[in-house]
Amino acid sequence: MWEQIRANRRRSLTLIIVLGVVLVLMGFSIGELMFGQGGGTIGIGVALVIWLIQMMVYFLSAESVLMSGMNARELSRDESPRLFNVIEEMKIASGLNHMPRVYLVDSSAPNAFAIGRKAKDSAIAVTTGLMYRLNRDELQGVIAHETGHIKNRDVQFMTLAGVTLGTIIILSELTGRYFLFGGRMRDRSSSRSSGDGGGSQAQIVILIISLVVVVLAPILAQMLYFACSRKREYLADASSAQYTRYPEGLASALEKIAGKGSAMTVSKAVAPMFIVNPMYAASGEPSSIFSTHPPTGQRVKVLRAMAGASLADYDAAYRAAEGRGLIGTQSLNASQPEVIRASSDNAPFETRAGARSAVASSDGYTAMQCDCGAKIGVPPAYNQPQINCVRCGADIPVPAPAARNATMPGKQDA
Amino acid sequence: MILGVVILVIAVVVLILYAVGTYNGLVRMRNEVQNAWSQIDVQLKRRYDLIPNLVETVKGYAAHERQTLENVTKARNMAMSATGVPERAEAENVLTGALKSLFAVSEAYPDLKANQNFLQLQEELTSTENKIAFSRQYYNDSTMNYNTRIEQFPANIVAGMFNFTRREFFEAKEPAEREAVKVKF
Repeated sequence: MWEQIRANRRRSLTLIIVLGVVLVLMGFSIGELMFGQGGGTIGIGVALVIWLIQMMVYFLSAESVLMSGMNARELSRDESPRLFNVIEEMKIASGLNHMPRVYLVDSSAPNAFAIGRKAKDSAIAVTTGLMYRLNRDELQGVIAHETGHIKNRDVQFMTLAGVTLGTIIILSELTGRYFLFGGRMRDRSSSRSSGDGGGSQAQIVILIISLVVVVLAPILAQMLYFACSRKREYLADASSAQYTRYPEGLASALEKIAGKGSAMTVSKAVAPMFIVNPMYAASGEPSSIFSTHPPTGQRVKVLRAMAGASLADYDAAYRAAEGRGLIGTQSLNASQPEVIRASSDNAPFETRAGARSAVASSDGYTAMQCDCGAKIGVPPAYNQPQINCVRCGADIPVPAPAARNATMPGKQDA
Repeated sequence: MILGVVILVIAVVVLILYAVGTYNGLVRMRNEVQNAWSQIDVQLKRRYDLIPNLVETVKGYAAHERQTLENVTKARNMAMSATGVPERAEAENVLTGALKSLFAVSEAYPDLKANQNFLQLQEELTSTENKIAFSRQYYNDSTMNYNTRIEQFPANIVAGMFNFTRREFFEAKEPAEREAVKVKF
């Protein structure tokens, strides 16, 4: 598995370097276009400053902004022991040294994502919709996919690549605006330099090349970035199959997610970390060179075509579907599948109310359990001595609001 | 002459660098195997800790399943005292089998199946079974990696020099016994 991470790292390094070169070229070209001959250095400087600011903004705030923006809430083990068990199982199967933190997002759109630049401070977030729509095996497949992202260091590299790509796009937008509204300044500077006579021939060539770079660079950078993102999705699928030894779990989860999905609004930079692209989940993502994720149907097809559950099996299935290999050959000898099935029945992992109970308890609701198994959330202001079960109609005694709410803060601190 | 010396020095330096890199890689892989092994241990201990609770809970509802309960306790004690990888794997499989029959027996007791404590223990034990299976899987994967590496040329020269030896797989004899406990309610 180390081999695989290393191969990934090499490939990612190439991507980052290419994006970096594109960024520098872009800065140079813009400098030449805006400030006339010799302005390239200023342009590079501006590009790097924008990149640094973007990087700092991302590293300082991205995680908390992302989490609060999506209403994600960190769960403790007591609140959802089963979810913790599933995640811990995958932590063990992947050989991660640290247990990821667990977040719950209150959304009926079934989705999940991983964040954290280092494996040490990584986190996995799942939506309530994911928990009540999938059974245990399917959920495990999804969690294994996210664990794969963490293990393969995808978060780190896609963040770095995303920020660099973002800077390139900002630069190209700035240039576009400059030519729309401030074009006259450039006219003046170019007429001045052409008045100087010599070297104008070379300058025109540089200007033309710069123009081409400014127009093409963002498109090329995006194509590169998205191709890399899609490849990493396939790799995380392969890791998922390898960890769970059960590709069918993830395949059927992907089908359910694609069928029942609804769009979520998230920042573009984090889209590659989701199990399916959160913005296109409903319509079925249009497959193009600008997609963060491969078409779900294709992912399911590859998973279902696997003969066993090892990386080699995934590579063979991928080769059959796409016509080329996915994983470097040296990383294939790693596993000999020993198929172990996690025990599971076909029931959803959680009931809808159960999945929401952790969210509800943060709103001050108290969870009451009826003898028939139904869970009822009692609002903080409810002041009757009993409440009717929504399923069987039985009366359930409810403690007075004061006693109920007094236990709440302690519960939340735990 | 000078050129010859320079080439020789470069060759020696490259060789040493290669040997150091290979050695470090082997150490890392061996540590990974050891790490994986201790992870299995953690989970097995967790299972030993959970079993007495389970036995106590079941006893309260199904006292006359004495034989099944005794089998579980006996298998647990045997597994705890087993040494060596193959013996241990064997004993753990017997314990898994005993647990399986205990859960099968509990099917017949509706009161037991409704007991919150029992349900919690069952979830914990089921998940622990999974964790054992997954840590075993990871141990075997890293062992496979490590064993392949120390046998490959030219890493095997470095491995031989510093006494890196093969590790055993944690394997069950009967493929059927590899399955984790299946509990359906």
